[in-house]
This record gives sequence, structure tokens and C-alpha cells, in this order.
Amino acid sequence: MPIYEAITLALGTIRAQKLKSFFSLVGAFIGVMFLIAVVSIVKGMDKYVQEDFAAKIFGINTFTVTRRPGFQAGPVSESQRRAWRRRPQLYEDDFHAVRAALPPEFMVAIESDNQAEGVVGTKHSAYIQVSGVSEELFKIRDYRIAEGRLFTPQEISHSANVVVIGKDVADSFFTGLDPLGRSIRIAGFPYTVIGVIEKQGKVFGFSLDRFAIAPYTSEMKKIVNPHKVVDGIIVKSPTAAAMQDAMDRVEGVMRSRHHLRPEDEDDFHLDTQEDVLSFWAKISKVLYTALPMLVGISLLVGGIVLMNIMLMAVAERTREIGIRKSLGARRRDIMAQFLVEAATLSTTGAVLGIVAGLLLARLVQAVSPLPMGVSVPWLVVGVVLGVGVGIVSGVYPASRAARLDPVAALRFE
Amino acid sequence: MSEPVIRIVGLTRDYPMGGETVHALRGVDLEIQPNEYVAVMGPSGSGKSTLMNLIGCLDTPTAGQYWLAGTEVSRMSDDELARVRNRQIGFVFQTFNLLPRASALHNVELPLVYAGLPARERRQRAAQALASVGLGDRMEHRPAELSGGQRQRVAIARALVTEPSIILADEPTGNLDSTTSEEIMKIFEDLYRTRGQTIVMVTHEADIARHAARVVTLHDGMVSSDRLKAA
Repeated sequence: MPIYEAITLALGTIRAQKLKSFFSLVGAFIGVMFLIAVVSIVKGMDKYVQEDFAAKIFGINTFTVTRRPGFQAGPVSESQRRAWRRRPQLYEDDFHAVRAALPPEFMVAIESDNQAEGVVGTKHSAYIQVSGVSEELFKIRDYRIAEGRLFTPQEISHSANVVVIGKDVADSFFTGLDPLGRSIRIAGFPYTVIGVIEKQGKVFGFSLDRFAIAPYTSEMKKIVNPHKVVDGIIVKSPTAAAMQDAMDRVEGVMRSRHHLRPEDEDDFHLDTQEDVLSFWAKISKVLYTALPMLVGISLLVGGIVLMNIMLMAVAERTREIGIRKSLGARRRDIMAQFLVEAATLSTTGAVLGIVAGLLLARLVQAVSPLPMGVSVPWLVVGVVLGVGVGIVSGVYPASRAARLDPVAALRFE
Repeated sequence: MSEPVIRIVGLTRDYPMGGETVHALRGVDLEIQPNEYVAVMGPSGSGKSTLMNLIGCLDTPTAGQYWLAGTEVSRMSDDELARVRNRQIGFVFQTFNLLPRASALHNVELPLVYAGLPARERRQRAAQALASVGLGDRMEHRPAELSGGQRQRVAIARALVTEPSIILADEPTGNLDSTTSEEIMKIFEDLYRTRGQTIVMVTHEADIARHAARVVTLHDGMVSSDRLKAA
């Protein structure tokens, strides 16, 4: 019997026995649904972490000298925490030393952050990120000015109380007004707004536009850190190739400034986006390891259910099998009929599972900051799993049907 | 004399049953020529169903030989027998044995599906066969929507559609009332007279058997009488 006729026959049987068919395809449905939902979410996260998160938070070809790692994969022991707290601070002089150690095509900047409340007139903002930075930070972060201007080296050396603000801050304080030249109070000090940065968007639902950036020499230094102390020194390499060499050089500079002996470990940290990526790689590896097991279990259970239902179907349809055999159906015809039926059932389940999985991922995307990504190869995997489960669990019932003795089958009531 | 459609020599069939062996057939010899209308009679337990299954290639004999249309089929494999059933034999059963979920047309098409015919030709031939038994207007009806007589006519159409060497009917009127039985017997008679169809019919009713031109009676797994009806 040609395959399309076998499929038509199978679909007819499925339509005729809706409830039973539902049970037989539910295993493949659930398995594939989870597979596709998780893969879509992980895939979305993957893309996001690599393209948005790491690039936006850290920047490409960028590393940061900090006291302690900003992003740590896995749990951190209390003694480790204490060791980090004992480390020396980073100072403005360290920035100058790093700057001097690297050629001019490298960009180097100070960045010190804190959270503070902004006030304009009677309007209070929620906490925004406030930073004291040096001028090259804007280039490193690729912050482009939307309105006004960035601050100048002169304003840094004169400790001018000027700020460049993010789009969200501008919009919430100066709705309908030109923010340039207006005053904003941050932690009690007034700053003059000189520029607004282009919209940066969101990462995991958090706005990247809720910030105010002032010169590190301005009053901002008082709210972010003790005198002359900085949070981090950011270095951007002009090429990926030059980055490792620059990191080695900066490490050398910092070690000599901290008077470390060769056997001592670094008492500072070089943060790169690799840390985030490797952290994410660990999580996604766990997900990808756990996923096949989860999917495997539900497909196994679904396969067993399907096999039982097919065995029942063969028993119930013994007479039909006898009739077909009397009319000239060979073993392989009967075998094919039941195999195609099982495969059609589970493939239908798998296809519905793909649709449901994508909808589920869509739902997760809608109610949470987790994005989704559609992975075509995995959709194919889903369908193949569906066909596979059907064939594997159909083989035994189908071969039983095929081996039925026509005389006994015809006599079956 | 032309070559017989059915030639059976020393056919035996034993069934194991609980530690014992039941000898259902104990050496049956039988020849049926083309265009014969043969009734196989006998009391229950006489082996007529066993003989019917063997003639119908649904079963294989314990010993003996069976040639169907010149080919020995007694030693064939399952799949070869399936092919023979498909090409050479048209079954008509007491309980009709139609597929309940399929239309009359599809039921009649089924043997042609296993013969590997393209859909168009199948449909055409099935429609013709149904028309020939007077069901041209019931093709899309399911068995449940048809009367007993109509169902048996669908079954006859299904048996005819492959143009088989023999039609094997097993108590074809066993589930029908006497008026309908007469109608069905008339169809068999027409097939025999106008198309020259070879028919082997198993029955235990003398009334039905009298329609046949030749009556073979079995007793205890052996042929006890074989007589031609005076024309």
C-alpha cells in the first residue's frame, strides 16, 4: 500500500477514535513541547547573553580591573569573600599607571558606580545608577549622544558638576521639556545636565537608560567611593588579538604597584565578558544535559503508552486484520499499516508539541524578561523524535498484527 | 478436458488440541473444473470449514497437495499465499466481513489496494462491481447503513472485483432471511450462468445446496459423496 494511503487510513482511524488517539499522542506531545519550549528559551538566552548582555554590560574586547570578580559562576565561600574584602582598593593613580602602560590606541577609563536618588524640583526618581567616569568611557561603552554634548577633559580637571543622563532619566524628569542646561540634584548636590545618551534598551527587563554620568572628579566621587578610590578601570583593546597582551601588561603594572612577589596571587581581578559567557555556558550546559533526560523520560513513557494502545488496537481490530489478510494483505502490508498509524499518531503529537512549545516560549517571553529564539534544527529534531517514538513503539504491536493467523483472526469476535 | 481450477490430492489437516491431535481432514481428493458451481456440504465437524480454509489459501495442509489454477499452493509461504488470495480467490463470508468504518465503495476497492492498482482504476472497477450487484446507488453508504442483503451484495462485489479464478462462499446466506437468501442465491446463479464464474460454496442447508450443479458431501474429514445434479 502506498505510504500516503497508509497515512490517510491512519488519519481516518485517529479521527474515528478521538479519545484513544489523544492518549496515544500525549506522550510525544508533552515531550516535544518541553523540548521545544526549553530549547527556544535557552536559545533566546544564548543569543541574548552573547549579543546583548555581554556586549552591552561589558563591551566587546573590553576588560575591567576590579578588586574582586563582578560576576562569579557558582557559590562563593565565606573565606573567599573575606579574602576579597582584605584586598587593597583601586585608586585614581592606578588608572594613570594603566593608561601610561598602554599605547594610545587602547582606551582606558575610570568607572565608579553607585545607586542614588535623583531630584528635580519636587520630583523624586527611584534609584538610578550614578557613575563617576573619565572621558574615554563614552567611547568604550559606545554611548552616543542624542542631545547636547559629552563632558570635556577640562570639565574633568575642573571637577565640574555636570551630568550626562540616560534616556529614561531625561524622559521621567523632563517630560516635554528640553533637559539641557537644567539642574538635577543627585544625593543632595545639583548638577547641570549637558547631554542625553541615545536609548540603550533593556537587558533581562532592566532598563539600561536609568543612569547619570558625571566626571569622576565631580561631587559624584563623594557618593560613589572614598577619596581617590575607584571601582574599576576599564580597558578597551582595538582588536581581539591585542587584548591578551594588554591584559598581561596591566596585570604586570598592578602587581608591581601592589608589590606582589612572584609567588603571590593577584590581589585584583581582570573581568572580561568571557566570565559572563562562561558562566552562561555552564548554565546552558546543565540545561542541555538535563533536557534530553526530561524529554527522554516523557518520550519513553509516551512510547510505552502508545505501544499499549497499539496493542489494544491490534487486539480490537483482529477481525479487520483477518479481513485484510483474506483480501490479500501481506505481512508487510499489515505491519506497515500499524507502523504508519503509530508514527502518524506520535508525529501528530510531536507537531502539536512543537506548536505548544513555541507558544509556551512565547508566553514565557511575554510575562518574563526571558526572550525566545526559534531553532529550526531543533524543530526538525522534534518531528524526527515523533516519528521515531511512533516507529519504535509501533514495531512490536505491528509485528504481532502481521503475524496473526488469518483463519483465527477471521473467526475472532 | 481442460485443466482443473482446483486439484486436491490426499489433503490432510491435523490440529493439535490439548495433548491430542484432531484430524479435521483425512485425505481429501477433489477436482473442480472451470465454470463449475460446487456446493460442499456436511454436518458440523465434518471438516468443511477446514477444507474451505485450505481451498481459500488461508491455511496450509498437514499433508497432501493442492494446485490452484495449475500452481501448487500447498507449500507456499504466508506472503505468497496472500498474493494468491488476492489474485485468485474471492471470499464471501457468512458474516459479510466488511470493514465497518469504510464505505461500500472503499470495501470493494480494498483487494485492489493490495493488488497495487492506482486509485483511479480501483475506483472505476469497484464502482462497476457494485453496479453489477445492483448497488450502484449505495456506494458511499457504510455497512451499518445497509440491510443484510445489501451488505452481502457488497461482499460479493468485493469478491468479484479482482476477477478471481474462484469465488469461495462460506454459508453466504447463514445470516439472512429466506427472501434475501433467494436474492443472493440468484446473484450466484447469474454469475455462474452468464459469466461462467467458478463457485465453491460451503453450506449445511440442502435448500441452498440445491442451487449448485454439483454437491460434494464431507463426512469425518473425508468425501462421502460427490454427485452432479441432473441438468
